[in-house]
Amino acid sequence: MKTDRIEKRIELDAPVSRVWRALTDHREFGEWFRVKLDGPFVPGQVSRGYITYPGYEHVQWYAVVQKMELERLFSFTWPHPKSLEKTDLPQDYSKEPMTLVEFRLEKTANGTLLVVTESGFDKLPENRRLEAFRSNESGWTEQMKNIDAYLSQKATTA
Amino acid sequence: MRGRRSPARVFAALGDATRLALVRRLSQGRPRSIAQLTEGSRLTRQAITKHLHILKGVGIVRSVRKGRESRFEFDPEPIVSLREYLEHVSEQWDQALSRLKAFVER
Repeated sequence: MKTDRIEKRIELDAPVSRVWRALTDHREFGEWFRVKLDGPFVPGQVSRGYITYPGYEHVQWYAVVQKMELERLFSFTWPHPKSLEKTDLPQDYSKEPMTLVEFRLEKTANGTLLVVTESGFDKLPENRRLEAFRSNESGWTEQMKNIDAYLSQKATTA
Repeated sequence: MRGRRSPARVFAALGDATRLALVRRLSQGRPRSIAQLTEGSRLTRQAITKHLHILKGVGIVRSVRKGRESRFEFDPEPIVSLREYLEHVSEQWDQALSRLKAFVER
């Protein structure tokens, strides 16, 4: 995998106009992307909201809408904070390094070809701290309980 | 980075009563300084420092600088390289796009 961009191609059995609406109507976008947006997307303007994806609800949505070329191209830039942990989240997302997300739509015989690219990862700092996944976190909590039980047992027998 | 946190290395680091006790203490609360961790222990500051560095080396404890002092805290989350992060973002796009597909095709 290249380290500066991601590209995804997906065939959708829906007309270009339908896909365009799902991408650019902020309520529709929010439904499949799992984000609650404050208002419509407007080129050149900041879009704000909150992630509704389970486990990430404390994370703000922040993006700067770039282009909206009807039924052809929708793009925005968005930040990649170094950490999504509650205590480490940035105060000001606009100061974070951003990547560019582009959705390109093409009409096909059966519907729409959607090409999504995200680029500019080479601008991000080398190491990232990932959000602790719930399972991982509860795994550790469980382990710590075991260790705790083990140690207190040891303390009584010592 | 994966190697650094390999289970064998993590468990080897935990296979010591002092280090286990340190991890237990750090996992219960806020970051602590070496002085705080030495308090009430029969071990010297140097010994505690050595044990903390072993835990830090396997990536389950990290230090944060506060003024002139280092504080140590329990750190169960993985720190990943940019390449692994990209894989993570890529997977998230796969999931988001399959939700989009279901959404426009319904």
